[in-house]
Amino acid sequence: MTLPDILFWCFAALAVIPAILCVAFSRNIVRAAFLLLLTFWGVAGLYGLLSADFLAAVQLIVYVGGILVLILFGVMLSRRMTMAELPAGTGTTFLAAAGSLALGLFLWQVIQHTPWEATSQPATSATVRPIGELFLGKFLLPFEFVSVLLLGALVGAVIIARKELDEGGDDEMEAEA
Amino acid sequence: MHVGLQHYLVVSGLLFVSGLYAVMTRRNSVWILMGIELILNAASLNFAAFSRFVTPAPGVPGETGLIASIVIIVLAAAEAAVALAILLSIYRNFRTIETSDLKELKG
Repeated sequence: MTLPDILFWCFAALAVIPAILCVAFSRNIVRAAFLLLLTFWGVAGLYGLLSADFLAAVQLIVYVGGILVLILFGVMLSRRMTMAELPAGTGTTFLAAAGSLALGLFLWQVIQHTPWEATSQPATSATVRPIGELFLGKFLLPFEFVSVLLLGALVGAVIIARKELDEGGDDEMEAEA
Repeated sequence: MHVGLQHYLVVSGLLFVSGLYAVMTRRNSVWILMGIELILNAASLNFAAFSRFVTPAPGVPGETGLIASIVIIVLAAAEAAVALAILLSIYRNFRTIETSDLKELKG
């Protein structure tokens, strides 16, 4: 067992165990968010092992630094004092567990029995430069599309989240009048 | 046993299934959002693994899978921002984000 293999098992455990704990057993949503932090770290490590260095950095910056903080803000801004997570009904839980297990077994079978034309290539060099060249060359249209979509989504998010402020201002105006 | 493509696929499958379970069982919208993030992460990991282990067809650059992964991460960021804005708006109007309590379409 070489060092990358050992690292793979460590990162895989870091990614999968907190994810399962988070979704199946945790009742506290803040704790679940921090378990998700561990999962994102593990996936970033797996990207590193896949010699996708740029992707690992992006994963850390966007997921750990961005999305997780957004989720924590969402938790804090919408948290009631008595935030007891209502457990789903037993029927729902059973159906969801059965469905998830069935899908997991199906995926397992597919992964085991498909003849993947996989080679273990030698570790490639840094991927930042080829990714940049691809984004500004062959994949220019998806790149522009995604950037416009991101801009639209962010502006839309600001507008949706600010809507109530304007109405509050109107109410104050009415109260003064 | 040498770590290969299938190991990464199994890890990503486990992440996907746990995300799916969260989406199906939880009633709190933030928790459902976390499940969606797990699912997107699993898909992105799959693309990165295929990009590393599968030899591309001639003429196709080896980093094409990474491009798909980056696009998925960007879409996940946009989705999280919009979803949380909608959640805040719902919370202001209904004082709850439990999906089972949100039954009105026209308030």
